[in-house]
Amino acid sequence: MNSYLNTKRPPAFCAGCGHEQIAHALDKAFAGMKLKSSKIVIVSDIGCSGLFDVFFNTHAMHGLHGRALTYATGLKMARPELIVIVTMGDGGLGIGGAHILAACRRNLDLTLLVLNNFNFGMTGGQFSSTTPADVKVASGFLNLLEHPMDICQVACSAGATYAARCSAYEAGLPNKIESGIRHSGFSLIDIWGICPGRYTRKSGLTPGQIHDSLEKLPPVSGVIKSNNRKEYGRHYREMADRQKPATPPVQVRTRFKSSQSGRQEIVILGGAGQRVITAGEIICYAGLTAGLQATQKNEYNITVLRGPSVSEIILSANPIGFLGITKPDVMIAIHQEGVKHRQALFRNLEQTTLLIQADDVDVPENAANRIVIHFDTQKIKPPDRALAAISVLAKLGKVIDSQMLQAALKLKFKDKILEASLQVAHKIQMT
Amino acid sequence: MPLYFMDGNEAIAWGAVSAGCRFFAGYPITPATTIYAAMLKLLPPLGGVCLQGEDEIASIGFCLGASMAGMKVMTATSGPGISLCSEQISFAIGSEIPVVIIDVQRLGPSTGSATRGADGDIQFLRWGSSGGLPVIVLAPSNVEDCFSLTRQAFNLAEEFRCPVFIASNKDIAMTRESVDLELSGKFEAKNRPRATRGKPFLPFHARSGSLVPDFLPIGDRTLVRQTSSTHGPDGYITTDPEIIQETRDRLQTKLTSSIQRYTFFETFIEEGSETLILTYGITARAAREVFDEQKEKGNPVSLLILKTLWPIPEVLIRKTAEPFKKIVVVEMNMGQYVGEIQRILPKKSITFVGQMDGNLITPEKIKSGVTGE
Ligand code: SF4
Repeated sequence: MNSYLNTKRPPAFCAGCGHEQIAHALDKAFAGMKLKSSKIVIVSDIGCSGLFDVFFNTHAMHGLHGRALTYATGLKMARPELIVIVTMGDGGLGIGGAHILAACRRNLDLTLLVLNNFNFGMTGGQFSSTTPADVKVASGFLNLLEHPMDICQVACSAGATYAARCSAYEAGLPNKIESGIRHSGFSLIDIWGICPGRYTRKSGLTPGQIHDSLEKLPPVSGVIKSNNRKEYGRHYREMADRQKPATPPVQVRTRFKSSQSGRQEIVILGGAGQRVITAGEIICYAGLTAGLQATQKNEYNITVLRGPSVSEIILSANPIGFLGITKPDVMIAIHQEGVKHRQALFRNLEQTTLLIQADDVDVPENAANRIVIHFDTQKIKPPDRALAAISVLAKLGKVIDSQMLQAALKLKFKDKILEASLQVAHKIQMT
Repeated sequence: MPLYFMDGNEAIAWGAVSAGCRFFAGYPITPATTIYAAMLKLLPPLGGVCLQGEDEIASIGFCLGASMAGMKVMTATSGPGISLCSEQISFAIGSEIPVVIIDVQRLGPSTGSATRGADGDIQFLRWGSSGGLPVIVLAPSNVEDCFSLTRQAFNLAEEFRCPVFIASNKDIAMTRESVDLELSGKFEAKNRPRATRGKPFLPFHARSGSLVPDFLPIGDRTLVRQTSSTHGPDGYITTDPEIIQETRDRLQTKLTSSIQRYTFFETFIEEGSETLILTYGITARAAREVFDEQKEKGNPVSLLILKTLWPIPEVLIRKTAEPFKKIVVVEMNMGQYVGEIQRILPKKSITFVGQMDGNLITPEKIKSGVTGE
């Protein structure tokens, strides 16, 4: 029968190592499926199981401890036609736990062979995530304090569509591996073997004992019907096909001449839900329609539905350098939270500063030229406050004018929302 | 020209796509998340892949796998995430896997402040990997740089088969500005040199005259080996000290010997000025204002804005600094690059202006560094 083993680099495990049986079983599984070697990639983890890729004439990727599934995921998404086999020890299970859970949940068509020999063979036999508590290993008393994990149970609850538990020594291993490979979706095969180099010296574990222990456990042997669902890669491509092309960012053409010269700094001090950021964007669009450069820097709480919302806008006929605002030309105070957030700024206001202030918001002492707006009496709802406030600017011809504002609203909104926003811009009164 | 109005993160996403990136994986983290959000809109309709990893280690791991399959790949994160990526970055360096990594820096250390900027990862990007071999780090100052340097980053990653970082900053990433760009404009996207088939393929053998091994993707008709272990040209483990040293020398010189070709910078030199301001990143914008203002006042200074930070463009720095008495290094951290400048210019008087309080360094603060007041 055809073999995929690398004759130049025969398996070099310790005599009697369970990994050797698994290498041969994997070879037989490949042969049974008559796979082309260039269609197979073995992604190997770290430790003695990490030597696997070397012994086969297939594509190979060998990376960092516990991360084999991450490379395998990238490879399979990039080249869905490849058969991707991951070999990982029980050490990799522990350190790469998050990746195992994610692979089970994702159900990408990878086959994970867990070469489970209950210890870290390569580093001297320390306890791993599957070491029984009552066995003496190279970790002193520490493994007595921890409970071994049953990776098949973990896989089932994490949503794996295929899991199997077996012995490295059973005759049917090649078939079991083949079924795992044939399964369309993530398959995990937990293969118990012995590590004569480290583990069995102290534990005396034999293939017979493995057989007996497996017999006592509830069998896990393949497709997990209750978790059955679509394979991730195919599902991804199905969904991706349905996505509409991304719309490029808005592009604004110069249509008006700006009456402003130099740099204009505007700060909107608002709160969550007042659409402060949108209003800031509209000022910028308005500036752009008049050939100005614009920048917008925003600040809001991570908990977006409460707290301050602040937008800092700079419009300038020249390229804008420093993005900080120290002495605003216009300050809009429409929410107490925003004002509180930037209290210090009020000290810098001068008589030339225009302050647009909501009647229900208090501000610190300042020298600015103030206009108070009664939003509630004018029936302007909170979500329209910021827009109404910048409409005041347009009415005054300060920084932006009504033409620029209307053009900006048309760039930002469509249909009903556009109509409503034009109405707000129109109806706001300054007294 | 009609102007776009976009932020640095959007520009990075559009730049990546226009450079041929068709694979992105990331994990949500402020202030880098909107790159992921943009890639999720951009890539699937183009037949590309955009994934959310279970963590940053997985995200960059997906990228490394996809890159080995031949795709142009990118991930984006911030301080806490880039820290997790460290082992995978070493893998990409030592095993020559092209990958573009965006670090939208936020104020650290550690979790720090998610929504405050800083340039605190500048030395981390250079040295935050085991083995200490060089990487390429580019630093944008504005949205336009985000777009164009990201495109360059892809070409460099392909050409040199190495990780290339964009050291962005929250205040560029999340500040929108008007920008004159051609999103799908002409760009000569480079592809990693491909090996010719037929010959026995040695995945880590560099042809004579080249310092970078030719590439074949995993999945090709020819079998390809990739390994994070110390390897010879054939991709198998080696213990031969000669081969090991030779490879390390090659990994180092492939970047350091070609730095001239990818030294990105801007200079504003004023005759008669005695002081050179040297800076990078968002701080360059305030420095530019100082330059303009001092020029107007008739008391000019000169300015060097570095956009390639690593490998250090030593030749450029020496040549530019030569005529100046005083060098003022301005950084949005406690002093990371200034040590390099002191090393490169041992005879110059070097002043450091730094700040790490979450605010941008003001032109006034830079000026006081210039005048010593
Ligand atoms: S140390 Fe254990 S696992 Fe490693 S090769 Fe030897 S027997 Fe096998």
